Amino acid sequence: MFPALLGKKIGMTQVYDEAGILSPVTVVQAGPCTVLQVKTDETDGYTSVQLGFGEKKLQRSTKPEIGHAKKASATPAKFVREIRAEEFPDGTELGATLDVNVFDGIKYVDVVGTSKGKGFAGVMKRHNFGGLGDGHGVQRKHRTGGSINGHGTNLGTGPTLKKGKRMSGHMGHETCTSRNHALIRIDSENGLLLIKGPVPGPNGGYVVIRTSKTAKAKA
Amino acid sequence: MSQELIKKAVAYSMKETTPDVRVGDTVSVHVRIVEGEKERVQKFSGTVIARRGGGMGETFTVRRIVNNQGVERVFPLQSPKVAKVEVIRSGRTRRAKLYFLRDRVGKSTRLKDVKRR
Repeated sequence: MFPALLGKKIGMTQVYDEAGILSPVTVVQAGPCTVLQVKTDETDGYTSVQLGFGEKKLQRSTKPEIGHAKKASATPAKFVREIRAEEFPDGTELGATLDVNVFDGIKYVDVVGTSKGKGFAGVMKRHNFGGLGDGHGVQRKHRTGGSINGHGTNLGTGPTLKKGKRMSGHMGHETCTSRNHALIRIDSENGLLLIKGPVPGPNGGYVVIRTSKTAKAKA
Repeated sequence: MSQELIKKAVAYSMKETTPDVRVGDTVSVHVRIVEGEKERVQKFSGTVIARRGGGMGETFTVRRIVNNQGVERVFPLQSPKVAKVEVIRSGRTRRAKLYFLRDRVGKSTRLKDVKRR
């Protein structure tokens, strides 16, 4: 079984199962993906496969991209990611095409995407701080994180804080993995996956879908 | 484009024939109820006063008076638990939501009948 596929988040909806229970699902357009490169122990010191998803216009591609794709007799892809695994199934060779059927019989998947950007966020939103009180004499600092210094634990060596002190700053737009989503349905006709629950990123965002390796998925 | 893909994706979960429910109809909704092992059908009849949403999330609201107390139930149109919707009568309405019926009792809650095609 090929362990992963690239795709695009389409949006969310809900479906009923046989028992009449409603589940929230994310529709993901997965594949077809082209194998752009195969890395082996001999050539690269580890085994992996580079996949490409989505067509990129030739006039918007660089010459190296075109040349790289040409080796797999393919066209440049918009979204390219490397999938690492110890072993790949037979037929995983340069130029091969993979579609949603690689997930046949898989119950749980992990989804890797880029989370929605939240901009410059305060500590309450970014780190779930409690903030200060709304009244009782609190003035102009209801959502602050309070004191950042004065405790020995916060001091680094020298006149600075320890690295990693939680403060306000940019939040979101980072690679985010969401694990153990039940794979509700594989729609091979339209190349779609119905994945239970929300997955990282905005609609139209690119995601990597891979089979879960957790104990829950193996049970 | 993406909305069309979502429609395609959930097509398998949709009912083959969506119940033809319109605002103003007097209906009897057959609801599947699972009690332990057994499954039975319960009916809830009343007037359809609203229909909202679309696709998988579409619902309709049925209002009736039980023991002098107004009762409203919201049914998801696509739910397999809504086995059947029987249209007993169709009423003439001039608006999409009949919330004004909530303020009325007795004879004034009647709607004029219309014949469906």
